[in-house]
Amino acid sequence: MNAMKQLVCISKTPDTTSRISFVEDSTKFDTDGIQYIMNPYDEWYALVKALEVKEQVGGSITVINVGDASSEQIIRKALAIGADDAIRVDKLAEDAGDVAAQIAAVAKNEAYDLIYTGKETIDYNNSEVGSRIAAHLDLPFISYANALSIEGDTFTIARDIEGGSEVLTIQAPFVLSASKGLAEQRIPNMRGIMMAKRKPLEVKEAVAYQATSKIVEYEKPEGRTSCKLVDPDNMNELVRLLHEEAKVI
Amino acid sequence: MSILVYAEHLDGTCKKAAFEAVTYARKVADEMSLPCIALTIGDVGNAGELGTYGADRVLHAAANNHFDGQHHAKQIAHAATEVNAKVIILSHTSTGKALAGRLAVMLDAGLASGVNSLPDLSTGFRVKRSVYSGKAVATYELSSDMQVLSVMGNTFPAQANGTLAQVEQVESVQHESRITVQSVNKADGSVPLPEADLVVSGGRGFKGPENWDILLQLAEALGAATACSRPVADSGWRPHHEHVGQTGVAIRPNLYIAIGISGAIQHLGGVNNSKTIVVINKDPEAPFFKAADYGVVGDLFEVVPKLTAAVKAYKEGV
Ligand SMILES: Cc1cc2nc3c(=O)[nH]c(=O)nc-3n(C[C@H](O)[C@H](O)[C@H](O)COP(=O)(O)OP(=O)(O)OC[C@H]3O[C@@H](n4cnc5c(N)ncnc54)[C@H](O)[C@@H]3O)c2cc1C
Ligand SMILES: Nc1ncnc2c1ncn2[C@@H]1O[C@H](COP(=O)(O)O)[C@@H](O)[C@H]1O
Repeated sequence: MNAMKQLVCISKTPDTTSRISFVEDSTKFDTDGIQYIMNPYDEWYALVKALEVKEQVGGSITVINVGDASSEQIIRKALAIGADDAIRVDKLAEDAGDVAAQIAAVAKNEAYDLIYTGKETIDYNNSEVGSRIAAHLDLPFISYANALSIEGDTFTIARDIEGGSEVLTIQAPFVLSASKGLAEQRIPNMRGIMMAKRKPLEVKEAVAYQATSKIVEYEKPEGRTSCKLVDPDNMNELVRLLHEEAKVI
Repeated sequence: MSILVYAEHLDGTCKKAAFEAVTYARKVADEMSLPCIALTIGDVGNAGELGTYGADRVLHAAANNHFDGQHHAKQIAHAATEVNAKVIILSHTSTGKALAGRLAVMLDAGLASGVNSLPDLSTGFRVKRSVYSGKAVATYELSSDMQVLSVMGNTFPAQANGTLAQVEQVESVQHESRITVQSVNKADGSVPLPEADLVVSGGRGFKGPENWDILLQLAEALGAATACSRPVADSGWRPHHEHVGQTGVAIRPNLYIAIGISGAIQHLGGVNNSKTIVVINKDPEAPFFKAADYGVVGDLFEVVPKLTAAVKAYKEGV
């Protein structure tokens, strides 16, 4: 197997415990007091798998983010974990289509062997970017990969499907989205953090993009009306409630 | 013009998600006064049944049954052009998610994935979907000529009140697949989690995998699928595909029974759209009770066998 040129897409998302609220007549996400993290699927699984692939066959890992300067914190973290260099496309993306168009515009001229995304971003949960990049580049897309191994020039990948998993083989180049299990989370060490400061981060200008979707309003889902407590010694009552009141059994 | 819905199947049988997608597509078609056309790809035994869920026509393209998103998207895009589709509807499954973005790019269409409302056509084309792992709902406006929607499972219950459709063969698009599927492994016997109506889920409160029988017996009595919290999967007590939550599978069954799970926000993120939630926990302060419809404060090792017995008694009664 020849050395591989790998690209890992990383996004910035609110910390998973963030309180979610909206401003400007419920049309904008309230960023006040929000802590941002690297999307867990990108950091824990996609990036670490890319490192494992590099450790096995050599080559390079570039991370890419579409965002403004506030993304640099997560980019530096990705470099500290072990990516070689980084690209930031300087734009607050309008939608998932925008992100993919920007990344594809960069990837088109670079001939990456492998392009990774996370399974989904934990804020918008679109699960769109990977298949969109694959469409732009006319590459196969393996969604929800949970295991990947290389032998010769063949990749064996397991992916999550409803109620099980599918195992397939493929040769580079392709796009894949990383699901839980693909790799084990790595914590950056001091040496990595020091080295990250000297690794190259290129800021690129965005290409033109015409958005086709826009969020016009947010709502908070209705909460549950208060919880009805059932006596632990009377499970017949719980069954009756589930049958007669909730009508779910 | 028409509404095109792609109906997924598993080993030649249309999935429940396919019937739901067709039911949804029927409603969209009625709203827009357009015909509803379903497409199946591969060897499907019961494609005609899609007619009963509201498809005016059912198209079938021959192919081998292995999923290749590149190939399937080409086939769907081809059909969309043939029938002049205004809206393409997919299921929000692993298959649908792999297709949605690709189709949107290929057809220059607007996309909303995982929608949980019908389109509101009063001002443009607006649909709702859940964001921030269920912590909010966003209304999306799509401004393109063609739209792609993937429909959240267990949201629009399948309704069969039409008649069987005649299946029409359509031309198969050629595609040199670069993917070779080696095997498809299904978790045996059990109901696939994302499709399940009833789910019984366990957390660290079970103490170890040796106690899982207690949960499995309840699930069996109910005919429910089984799930677990993340630490349970991480510790290897249960397989990864059972892990629900923000970083696991997101589900919205009719009934979710959470046993010995504290109700951390990341767990709730994947389950709080369930219709009815039952929580069994010995700690009355467990945050999960705030998200529950019914709660039982007690020791799971005592409560769950009692519940299993009550369910069995009820099932024998009906
Ligand atoms: C970025 C991120 C993403 C995450 N994603 C997920 C996710 O997708 N899904 C997920 O589940 N978690 C996720 N987590 C982890 C989450 O924060 C919690 O740590 C986890 O959900 C806790 O699991 P648990 O409820 O099983 O265990 P615990 O929090 O340890 O709770 C065990 C519960 O069992 C009860 N109990 C104990 N003994 C008994 C008994 N005998 N009878 C009855 N009740 C008993 C206890 O009172 C307690 O409430 C994520 C965390 C992070 C940081
Ligand atoms: N702004 C972004 N910059 C770079 N990559 C992104 C960005 N947004 C999303 N991605 C990638 O796309 C994946 C899926 O995102 P989504 O389709 O939005 O759920 C993420 O896990 C990232 O790998």
